[in-house]
Amino acid sequence: MHDSTTLLVEVGALLLLLGVLGRLSRRVGLSPIPLYLLAGLAFGHGGLLPLAASEEFFAVGAEIGVILLLVMLGLEYSANELVGNLRSAAPAGLIDGVFNALPGAAFALLLGWDWVAALVLGGITWVSSSGVIAKVLADLGRLGNRETPVILSVLVIEDLAMALYLPLVTAVLAGTGLLGGGIALAVAVGTVLLVLVVAIRYGHLISSALSAKDPEALLLGVLGLTLLIAGLAAKLQVSAAVGAFLVGIALSGPVAHHATELLSPLRDLFAAVFFVFFGLVTDPRDIPPVLLPALALAVVTMATKTLTGYLAARRVGIAEPGRWRAGLALVPRGEFSIVIAGLAVAAGSVEPRLAALAATYVLITVVTGPILARLPDFPWFKRWLRSRAAAQRPAPVPIHD
Amino acid sequence: MRVRVEQTALPGIGVRHDLVTESGRRLGVVSHRNGRRDLVLYDPDDPDACQADIPLTDDEAEALADILGASLMLGQLSGLREQAAGLLTEQIAITAGSPYVNRKLGDTKARTRTSASIVAVLREGEVIVSPLPSFRFAAGDVVVVVGTRRGLDGVSAILADSDPDG
Repeated sequence: MHDSTTLLVEVGALLLLLGVLGRLSRRVGLSPIPLYLLAGLAFGHGGLLPLAASEEFFAVGAEIGVILLLVMLGLEYSANELVGNLRSAAPAGLIDGVFNALPGAAFALLLGWDWVAALVLGGITWVSSSGVIAKVLADLGRLGNRETPVILSVLVIEDLAMALYLPLVTAVLAGTGLLGGGIALAVAVGTVLLVLVVAIRYGHLISSALSAKDPEALLLGVLGLTLLIAGLAAKLQVSAAVGAFLVGIALSGPVAHHATELLSPLRDLFAAVFFVFFGLVTDPRDIPPVLLPALALAVVTMATKTLTGYLAARRVGIAEPGRWRAGLALVPRGEFSIVIAGLAVAAGSVEPRLAALAATYVLITVVTGPILARLPDFPWFKRWLRSRAAAQRPAPVPIHD
Repeated sequence: MRVRVEQTALPGIGVRHDLVTESGRRLGVVSHRNGRRDLVLYDPDDPDACQADIPLTDDEAEALADILGASLMLGQLSGLREQAAGLLTEQIAITAGSPYVNRKLGDTKARTRTSASIVAVLREGEVIVSPLPSFRFAAGDVVVVVGTRRGLDGVSAILADSDPDG
């Protein structure tokens, strides 16, 4: 048993520091995620000032953080949106998966890691951060842009794919091998389909059981339900995160809207704890050796993501500038790459350098992604596009400035 | 008179409506789930991009719509449809043959008899919101009613020439 006063001091000091860092990041216009990670690195094993008493608290908080991240993601979408979008977005989603998961997996094998690490790293490079991207689009005033639905549909497919990918990874990490992974995947597919059908048919019933009128009861009800389902999902060897995601999908209408408002502050708190915890368990001394590989991986997968968005936008007839906007907006990886890496680290059976590589990779993409997303707004980029267009079409193009 | 408004779903955000004006400009409205609306003006050089994205609160959007016409009023009403299952809105025209031409709204006793409410009347491009019982109908008015399916059918019957008590 640790002394609880030391715990209070450590947790309080760290949260206060996070608050300062979060403010700092908003001043600069960055996502706070990289700063939280760095704070975790500084106070973790082999860091500047290892925290001892509060590690357990952060471990539990981190798990709740993952669950809250996923339930909020589920709340953002209605089941109809997920399914209605599926047919038109599937090709783009497929391109996205192939172009971005394969480089990660290939990279792990190149480094001489085993296929489990390859599976995990593939997931890390595949999933764009919907949170960061939605914020970037809103900040740049691009919500109305005609390429925005393309970006969003790719994200929807990724989030749906996560619901199948996470149970698979959880099973494989638990050491069940391919067969166990297959069974977990089958269970997950069945569960996801069931929840989608129930949510579309009877979603209003589930939502009406939780009244939106009483904030306190709603908060406790939704949070309790989410943790319960997540825990049960974890017991069934389907990942806890997916259980939470499905709870979010099943809730809709005013209940979902109010629950989003109520859970947001909690999500902010525990997600920050989660990023810090990931930094805590990553040894900063592991980072220098993986710095170059992470940089190379980031460059390759930024290019493939950009290509993904470009092609997806081209399919629906968006013009050249819009294709570039869609491609560059998809670059940032963030919370979910860390969630996947966190799963792998928690299982403890995977390549130890993976956590350091993932942390470095996310640090690079989450900082450069939003900067890259701004590129198409610069006059020189527009000029370059026009000169490209002029080169492709020998006919004179009228230039407006 | 007919304008083609395209509707595009934005998963996780809301929905976007946009139209191309006769003068060749594209403009749209992004309706967020939380009721916020963005007025979006597209770039004439790059039809996929917005030149301006102006966030509006509910009240601002309503004020702007009042100036521009009746479209938002009806948009909000159709939003009711999703929020409250079983609550519908309908626009019912007062034909020249209606027994209530030149008679007061109060005479219809529509709310008492059908429990559906007349929330607005559209007349010559203007919106009269929450008309009082003393409001007089004229031929050509369009009445906006909110209620259940049965209630709306009842109001339709009352306002048409088939009202038994007309």
